[in-house]
Amino acid sequence: MSSPAQPLAASLVQSVDWLAIAPPTIVAVVGLAVLVADLFVAEHRKALLGWTSVAGLAAATAMLLPLLDGDRSTFCLTGDAAACSYTADRFTLVIQFLVLGGALLAALLSVTALKDARRELPEGEYWFLLLSSAAGAALLPASRDLATLIVALEVASLPAFALVGLKYGDRKSSEAALKFFLSSVTATAVSLMGISFVYATTGTLYLTQVADRIQDVDGQFHTLAQTGVVLTLVGFAFKTAAVPFHFWVPDTYVGAPLPIAAYLSVIGKAVGFSGLILVTVVALPSYADVWGPALAVLAALTMTVGNAGALRQQATRAYSAVRLLAWSSVGQAGYLLVPIAAAAYSGDAEKSIGSTVAYALMYGAVNLGAFAVAALVGRTKVLNRVADYRGLYASSPLSALLLAFFLLCLAGLPPGIIGLFAKVTVFSAAVDAGLGWLAVVMAVNVVIALFYYLQWTALLFRAPEGEPEKHRVPGPVTAAIALTGVLGIALSGAPQLVLRFTDTGLF
Amino acid sequence: MIDINESVMQFLLAFVVAGPLLGAAAALLPAPPGLKGKSPEQAVLRHGVTVTGAVLIAAIVLALGFDHDQPSKMQAGTDISWIPALDVRIHLGIDGISLPLLVLTALLTFLCALYSYFKMPAGPTPKAFVALLLVLESGTLATFAVLDLVLFFLAFEMVLIPMYFLIARWGGEGRSQAAWRFILYTLLGSVVMLLGLLLIGIKAGTFDMVALATDNGRSLTTSVQVIAVLSIGIGLAVKTPMWPLHSWLPDAHTAAPTVGSVLLAGVLLKMGTYGFVRILLPIAPDGFRTFAPYLAALAVVGIIYGSLACLALAKQGAKGDLKRLIAYSSVGHMGFVLLGIATMTPTGVNGALFANIAHGLITGLLFFLVGALKDRTGTTDLDTLAEETGAALYGKAPRLGGLLAFAAVASLGLPGLAGFWGEMLALFGAFQPAEGLSRPAFLTFMAIGAFGTLLTAAYLLIVVRRVCMGALPQDAPKLTDVRSYEFAAWTPLVALTVVAGLWPKALLGLSDPAVQQLLAGGTR
Repeated sequence: MSSPAQPLAASLVQSVDWLAIAPPTIVAVVGLAVLVADLFVAEHRKALLGWTSVAGLAAATAMLLPLLDGDRSTFCLTGDAAACSYTADRFTLVIQFLVLGGALLAALLSVTALKDARRELPEGEYWFLLLSSAAGAALLPASRDLATLIVALEVASLPAFALVGLKYGDRKSSEAALKFFLSSVTATAVSLMGISFVYATTGTLYLTQVADRIQDVDGQFHTLAQTGVVLTLVGFAFKTAAVPFHFWVPDTYVGAPLPIAAYLSVIGKAVGFSGLILVTVVALPSYADVWGPALAVLAALTMTVGNAGALRQQATRAYSAVRLLAWSSVGQAGYLLVPIAAAAYSGDAEKSIGSTVAYALMYGAVNLGAFAVAALVGRTKVLNRVADYRGLYASSPLSALLLAFFLLCLAGLPPGIIGLFAKVTVFSAAVDAGLGWLAVVMAVNVVIALFYYLQWTALLFRAPEGEPEKHRVPGPVTAAIALTGVLGIALSGAPQLVLRFTDTGLF
Repeated sequence: MIDINESVMQFLLAFVVAGPLLGAAAALLPAPPGLKGKSPEQAVLRHGVTVTGAVLIAAIVLALGFDHDQPSKMQAGTDISWIPALDVRIHLGIDGISLPLLVLTALLTFLCALYSYFKMPAGPTPKAFVALLLVLESGTLATFAVLDLVLFFLAFEMVLIPMYFLIARWGGEGRSQAAWRFILYTLLGSVVMLLGLLLIGIKAGTFDMVALATDNGRSLTTSVQVIAVLSIGIGLAVKTPMWPLHSWLPDAHTAAPTVGSVLLAGVLLKMGTYGFVRILLPIAPDGFRTFAPYLAALAVVGIIYGSLACLALAKQGAKGDLKRLIAYSSVGHMGFVLLGIATMTPTGVNGALFANIAHGLITGLLFFLVGALKDRTGTTDLDTLAEETGAALYGKAPRLGGLLAFAAVASLGLPGLAGFWGEMLALFGAFQPAEGLSRPAFLTFMAIGAFGTLLTAAYLLIVVRRVCMGALPQDAPKLTDVRSYEFAAWTPLVALTVVAGLWPKALLGLSDPAVQQLLAGGTR
């Protein structure tokens, strides 16, 4: 006997591909577990929480491996199998690798930072917040509907506000958190409004369906749809810290614990630009004439303002090293935007996107490396001024050489070969798309950026003022520096490892 | 000349490019037991001599094994895929154009390493010095050996960081500003060049120089060629340097240590002119033809400007610095090279390549000599040196004085020495430029250029008179004459200057077939 309830039940109950959603899920579950465990772990065993979190992130990264065999989708519409909320395709996996690997490195730095802070940071909360944010960031590249996208974006950023303001009784820290929070919430609200406009005109939230239906929007809704597109972009531009949404960056980075600044500089950017890619290239390809020029202008402004800001930093000012890295990360965000803008003009959008992805992977590795060395120096020189790096080669030659390598990668000069080639792909995406003016603006910016990167590099090898002091290097920081160093050098020898994304389809 | 197995040749070329890089890494490590030498400093300087010596031997064997009957053919070629995503291949090869430059680079670097072994420039540890010198050598050798546009760019950029540190750390007065100027100018030029290279690569669908040269610009529209030549040309012109983009050069030369000046003038400047011949002439001929008259005009302005600047510096009471003077004379000499290239004729381009090598030998020698003079007298300021009557080097240190006079006379282009042929051929090329170029314009350039040779002779003779001649006071202290290691470092340069002057066919025979082929678009 067939019951009429059966098809109804079948349409309500979905089978979930647990393997596909494993990476973000593991991170989230470990985060909760750490929060609960914090209540029961004795004070002197708190370090366990850190190592559990590191293990959780490592496990989540490892869970990407079984997904390599092909695209998987889950949480699909029962009526339309093409419309899914979660897709683990190549793009997702690469960005998840960047996010989880970056979070892992930030976690390694945090282990030492928390130990050095001696109870000034609440450990359980710290790890919970970090892992929640990482879970959100890992979910974001996989989401394929606008609601999931916004939820993931918020899960990634809300814990980040708390992390920034976590230093007890630090006025600078709470001020930074408030700045970050207010501007971010405004951006999210604007972006939600944009999404509601898009939903109103198309009647769907799934990205692929939006892409189809927005092409034949009723004429009178045309303005509404266009406004929706622009407003949606604003929110993501904020997360990538694109100009004019960049002003929160320097203060936030300085106010936050250093590992969190490192985390934000890479994972925060990854969240922003992967969201941008999903919204622009996947959901709104037919509006390329709207977002293309907008992103191109945004990219040019972002890199110019970021590099000009970095150039203005005085080496002797307090926290100038972190400030410099913060401004340079704004400049680098500009380069990341170039290929996304180029995707609007070129025939092969996926190829352009691949340039962004390749650049982001390079940037993630070397920027975290630079932050790791900064964390190391910051242990003895609390003010972390650029001037404090003078003569680093005399006291710890290897970390000085690696920092020089990371900085030259960011500048894009040999021996930082991977940095050079990542820039070459971005340039070629721009040239290929006919965005000659943007390529020229970027060329000028590369030269400006060289000035401050090289100035810092040169400082490392100057004769130190006073006796070089030897200090013990903690294990986790060493691991982070070594990991990023090995990655950077391996990539310089075989750039194909990341550059192949410019050659293959990502979606 | 001698028959060497092709795979051995391939290995040798790969070794010439990669060897110094490995040597640089090894220089940073502590010396292994048995090679410790008298002190760590001595060990690492000796390491530098060993590595550059090995590279020089490899380069000489390459030159011997090179098939001199087919200099237009790419030999000792390696072609392996490196980054398929960008279509970048590790494509190495040498022909009659690159071989002399390769040997010159290996020779000059070896002589510099030898010189520094005995006379280490004042500055921080020799360890870093040797490592940087080797990276620099690798970058320059790679520039002349690679046949892929992106790889060329990579090699072109690779020399920046080591040269920056050589100037900024081991240099003299005003070094840090000079180093900044050097790197910012060159980098600004080279990022613009990168855009041009990418434009060519994307429009033609390949980065391979041989394929592009064979194509001879047929798959590139004229407008693409014009944009590409403009942007690549700016990058190369900064490096060459072409007037008015030369202003980084005098400062860099003045501030750099002796060894840095020798390499900068002897080798690094050649990377720019080599790029003109290897990339622009064959790959974008239409675009180049558009700009050739302007290039030639700027080149002759450079010749006159360089000579006048030198004349002003050589004047009594002008407080002219000898190093700066030679730097300005380089601007003039490179003007002849550019004029030769701009004619787009085999004669002119051959002359340019010959002048390249000659300038490397002679100016390298001049910088060595001025460096030695500075060691002895503590100054390179002409007025301080010459005082009222002249420095009387002939009397104080006759051999040093003789060598200086020899180098100066070679530099002014005395027939029978290396400096003569290149400039004469370049002017000769301008007499009958390639089809499509305005002959009256080039005749004018030729006349102005010939006038420039007179000015060159004038200032060099003034320098010889003020430095070498003069009344020798009875009680004047004798200067140390040429030491044996200095003899060792300079003799090869002197000998080659004479050989190239007396037997130009040795070089022209190599470059001419290759140039003919490049200008004709790969096929003849």
